[in-house]
Amino acid sequence: MTTDPSFEQGARASGWDVPADLEKDPATVPGVGGSPSVPVPAELRTRIEAHMALYPDPKSAAIPALHAAQQLHGWCSPEAIEQAACVMGVTPAYLDSVATFYDMLDTEPVGRHAIYVCTNISCSLCGADDLYAAIRDAAGDDEEFNVRAFECLGACDIAPMASVDGVYVGPLSLDDVPRLLEEVRAGREVLAEKQLARRLVADPHANSREFPEHPVQSATTSAPAETHPANSGEEQP
Amino acid sequence: MTETLLFKDIDEPGLSTLGVYEGRGGYGALRKALQMGPEDVLSELEASALRGRGGAGFQMGKKVSFLPKGAIDKYLVCNADESEPGTFKDRELMQKIPHMLIEGIVIASYAAGASRSFIYIRGEYVLQADILDLALQEAREAGYIGEDILGSGHSLSLVVHRGAGAYICGEETGLLDSLEGKRGNPRLKPPFPANQGLYQGPTLINNVETLSTVPAIIEMGGAEYAKLGTETSTGTKLVSVSGHVRRPGNYEIVLGTSSREIIYGLAGGPPEGREVKCWFPGGSSSPVLTAADLDVPYDFDSMAKAGTMLGSGAIIVVDDSTPILDVAMKVAKFYRHESCGKCTPCREGTNWTVKMLERIDSGEATPMDLDIMASVQEHIIGNCLCVLGDAMAMPIGSMIAKFRGEFEAHMEAARLGAPAGVYAEAH
Repeated sequence: MTTDPSFEQGARASGWDVPADLEKDPATVPGVGGSPSVPVPAELRTRIEAHMALYPDPKSAAIPALHAAQQLHGWCSPEAIEQAACVMGVTPAYLDSVATFYDMLDTEPVGRHAIYVCTNISCSLCGADDLYAAIRDAAGDDEEFNVRAFECLGACDIAPMASVDGVYVGPLSLDDVPRLLEEVRAGREVLAEKQLARRLVADPHANSREFPEHPVQSATTSAPAETHPANSGEEQP
Repeated sequence: MTETLLFKDIDEPGLSTLGVYEGRGGYGALRKALQMGPEDVLSELEASALRGRGGAGFQMGKKVSFLPKGAIDKYLVCNADESEPGTFKDRELMQKIPHMLIEGIVIASYAAGASRSFIYIRGEYVLQADILDLALQEAREAGYIGEDILGSGHSLSLVVHRGAGAYICGEETGLLDSLEGKRGNPRLKPPFPANQGLYQGPTLINNVETLSTVPAIIEMGGAEYAKLGTETSTGTKLVSVSGHVRRPGNYEIVLGTSSREIIYGLAGGPPEGREVKCWFPGGSSSPVLTAADLDVPYDFDSMAKAGTMLGSGAIIVVDDSTPILDVAMKVAKFYRHESCGKCTPCREGTNWTVKMLERIDSGEATPMDLDIMASVQEHIIGNCLCVLGDAMAMPIGSMIAKFRGEFEAHMEAARLGAPAGVYAEAH
């Protein structure tokens, strides 16, 4: 059904058929016990240390640290993982074990713009497989894009949908695909009128009064376009 | 019957900010709770008989009472890793009324004696996590989170922790490992999290919707809340309806409402000219029901009696234009991808189920394969550390039992080289 690399290996337990490298030096924490330290960009160090301070056990900051390193390097490269490990005081292998487990942490180089297309059951019933194929085709071999078939993104009410650099848009039709990619390329807001942030709840009993416009979450960066023309005409369902 | 406790005027502009939330009486329940004392808050929660809204349906008050008493470090973790396919109710609550969740967390931590709390939110929910972070900052500045909350002597810290995309982290012990900075592998139970959870300390884990209901219970009183719904399924529930329906979305219903009323009345039923073929009542992990079960009341016990479960309250409707094999394949592939690989029955069982379904589609299967596949499902159930494997085995098993004829027809047609898409019509 899908040829996405993340599904080809089947299960999450990847790497079982890769032989262990017995020649490799034992894992060490960068900068500890005589092993060479790694230069870490100051901003990354500050961010990771701020996360570590939030938890009784600083190790809890593994995912936030990897997120931060990925944001800086574009993916969880060996260099990115070494830097995060150096700040956290753990072995790079430990963070590697964490990074390989989670879908949003990329252990291979990827495009700058993440387009996750939900292809799970609800979206698939509404045509997500065709949508995914269309977006993949349209993106072609443009290395700017990281188009992936993703598991349920928790937005089945706007099926079929996609998360474009973290912004949920839907329901998408095949006709939306060219505009979607064009707006991502141009760095504009993506399909403003189809963003989840502007959607009213479906339950007709929920709102006792009319709220013709969705309360735009103006304080967040994800939905800034209060003045966007497409945002003005939305009626309560 | 309609009753809106959680969704009341939820689209009010600015409701995600403290000012608007306080303007409609927000954090009043917290003030009331702090005057009652932790024991009384706990007894109100027990009186409400509120059952967990995350999937297992365990009574929240009981869960709180399981935590050991005394001066030890206790933790409260809010499970916001909503990844069960078809579920999107917590997203709506966190995005639109985040302070209700924070208020619920403070009240629950007061009852449980927890001094540190965490919201584990799935990494994909970027907007919702940003909103929670802002709300948390406001709550901290207003003194609802921090040292000596409103002069009560109760202190609580709260951290919004973003995950990074893994279904298994919605399983409570997988979530705890992930929150400790490890791979999200589930743990052996017992010990249960109430005794040994986060950082080996006693931990209360509850779903977003469960905790968001707590302020309403304190405000109206547990006994009054228990009058809503049925005797064993009290209160209101958010239901996420998706798939082949005309008005997909979140609806707040009183537990015990007929399923037909939800699927047809609220969500508009399947598109013109189509009929319900099967539906998942509680996310893709629940055994499927058919059109014959539409009049089953939507509550925990009625669903259990019908051989399925209410789960997270996610109804996925499949209409008669869809081959059952496609549904089974999607479900099986999802669980294969999400299996953490720790337990053999789950890792291998999900993989082999996908392979056998693919055999049916390629025309290489025989009717005996259906029996083998059904027995694979039976061997997964109850034999793993967590229920991820069961979550595939139960719906697949129910599909084989209820749509055996269609599987066989598909098999036969594929063997004869018929074009795809004729199987549904054949049945």
